[in-house]
Amino acid sequence: MSEASVLRTGLGEAAWFDRTGYAARTDGTPLPHGVAQGSVVFDHVCKVYRSSAGPVHALKDISLAIPAGSIFGIIGRSGAGKSSLLRTINRLERPTSGTVYVDGVDIGTLDEGGLVRLRRRIGMIFQHFNLLSAKTVYENIALPLRVAGAPAREIERRVTELLALVGLQDKRDMYPARLSGGQKQRVGIARALATRPEILLCDEATSALDPETTQSILGLLRDINRRLGITIILITHEMSVIREIADQVLVLEKGHMAETGPVWQVFGAPRHDATRALLAPLQHSLPDDLRDRLLSRPPQAQRYRTVLRLSYTGAGRLEPDLARIAQALRRPVRLVHGGVDRIQGHPYGHLLLSVPGDDGQPLELSELTGGPQAVAHSIEVLGHVLDADHSH
Amino acid sequence: MSWTLTIPIERYIQALLDTLMMVGVSAGIAFAAGIPLAVLLIVTSPAGFLESPRFNRVVGSVVNGFRATPFIVLLVALIPFTRLVAGTTIGVWAAIVPLSISATPFFARIAEVSLREIDPGLIEAAQAMGCKKWHIVRHVLLPEALPGIVGGFTITLVSLIGASAMAGAVGAGGLGDLAIRYGYQRFDTQVMAIVIAALIVLVTAVQWVGDSYVRWLKNR
Repeated sequence: MSEASVLRTGLGEAAWFDRTGYAARTDGTPLPHGVAQGSVVFDHVCKVYRSSAGPVHALKDISLAIPAGSIFGIIGRSGAGKSSLLRTINRLERPTSGTVYVDGVDIGTLDEGGLVRLRRRIGMIFQHFNLLSAKTVYENIALPLRVAGAPAREIERRVTELLALVGLQDKRDMYPARLSGGQKQRVGIARALATRPEILLCDEATSALDPETTQSILGLLRDINRRLGITIILITHEMSVIREIADQVLVLEKGHMAETGPVWQVFGAPRHDATRALLAPLQHSLPDDLRDRLLSRPPQAQRYRTVLRLSYTGAGRLEPDLARIAQALRRPVRLVHGGVDRIQGHPYGHLLLSVPGDDGQPLELSELTGGPQAVAHSIEVLGHVLDADHSH
Repeated sequence: MSWTLTIPIERYIQALLDTLMMVGVSAGIAFAAGIPLAVLLIVTSPAGFLESPRFNRVVGSVVNGFRATPFIVLLVALIPFTRLVAGTTIGVWAAIVPLSISATPFFARIAEVSLREIDPGLIEAAQAMGCKKWHIVRHVLLPEALPGIVGGFTITLVSLIGASAMAGAVGAGGLGDLAIRYGYQRFDTQVMAIVIAALIVLVTAVQWVGDSYVRWLKNR
């Protein structure tokens, strides 16, 4: 598992252009046993910055494996350490302690030449695009290839291919200042893919873009992940970005790993306050007018409705089936509020339902959340409201 | 009103050529030496990618030392050095030595400022794509700072034109020398007026060319 076996072996600079695959492997060097190409492992990674106010612990004991070929999201509020963690993967930052493995190789041991070769296997895109203003779109995309010593004909062929991939053939000879934000990020993506990397790091890649452009860039990233099998590791402070494309997510809070897992699981049943706080903008909370009318005890001698919150965590792909719910509750239901989202085919979310509460039969909720009869993962009585219309 | 010249026109032409020669050669040297100096100052500065505080401080002090010395003092103080390099202490070449030595740190500091203003994100992006240090200088630092460097070089040229007027002190000739000797010492107002007009035209032309180039660079 030495560095030599993976990175150093006879990789001529021009080998980056092998059509058949990733340049790093053109010599046929086998990967270390059981390690997939494009995998990243953090092993007890810590990062401490010295500042005038004393040491700042940016990362605290991060241990995590990112599977090859996945889209892995890292989310946290600003200052949570996302950016530091991402930059340890291509060693723009070095951990204070702990080890980062890329394809099973401890990248802390790489010499300067090894580091340059590692970085050519890891593309990176940025929030503010970081395109060179003195170079045209073509020259920007060509730069990683030029500095890798590729022959001009190969550069021409590869850049043309990349321009087509990101749909910017007609912007080839323009300078970045003339492009829109979305177009600039497309150039950034093309540039990051130039050396056929196996990992793509995205540093808040859509945070400077409007929602529509964000969608198209995320679509492009998903497409790249599926077609080229590139591992995508992205950091963001927006849960919507994670929901849109990530397979797995790590929630960082003040340098700690708050929680990690498949996105549907973390979103469906958040276990950490930091996750809940980040999810809040996506959730349907109780509408204000309803909350004001909510009574904790059933009113006496008046018709009322009971308000229930049904939660779906995504587990077991349990679907919110309103007909079955009504049948299970043995009374008609009314949908008050809420919504169900789907991540990777798992429905998750909340439904607020109201049911007539005064027909003498007590609500039996305990059997509805477990076993084959389950209609939701949890059901909670939020309160009761006076029935304004007397249709039920 | 008479339009006859008080001194032969050849004197003006010779003086102009001397000035252009002094300014041109010194500016060339200042450019060739100032750019590497500026790059060194940037990359060895704290947070630069070749961080080296001691080296940075030494080079910085030398640069400041030369910048602090007034040109007319430098001209005289450097006479032994000038004799060593140019083989003489009078004439155009003797003036070029102190002019270049004075202009180099001046230009280096201006170029350093433009280099310092480059977004660190660009350097990070270059590192992330596998650029070596030389690539970063060649493809990021210099091209991105070019508008500022060109602007700074224009300022350097204009101050060199001014400084070259003092080169008469070492018998180097030039437009400034002509104005002092005829205009001031012989009370020949016509020479004074023509020299001033010529200098204004020269400086304006240099400034205009420099500004136009910067504007073109920035509007790409």
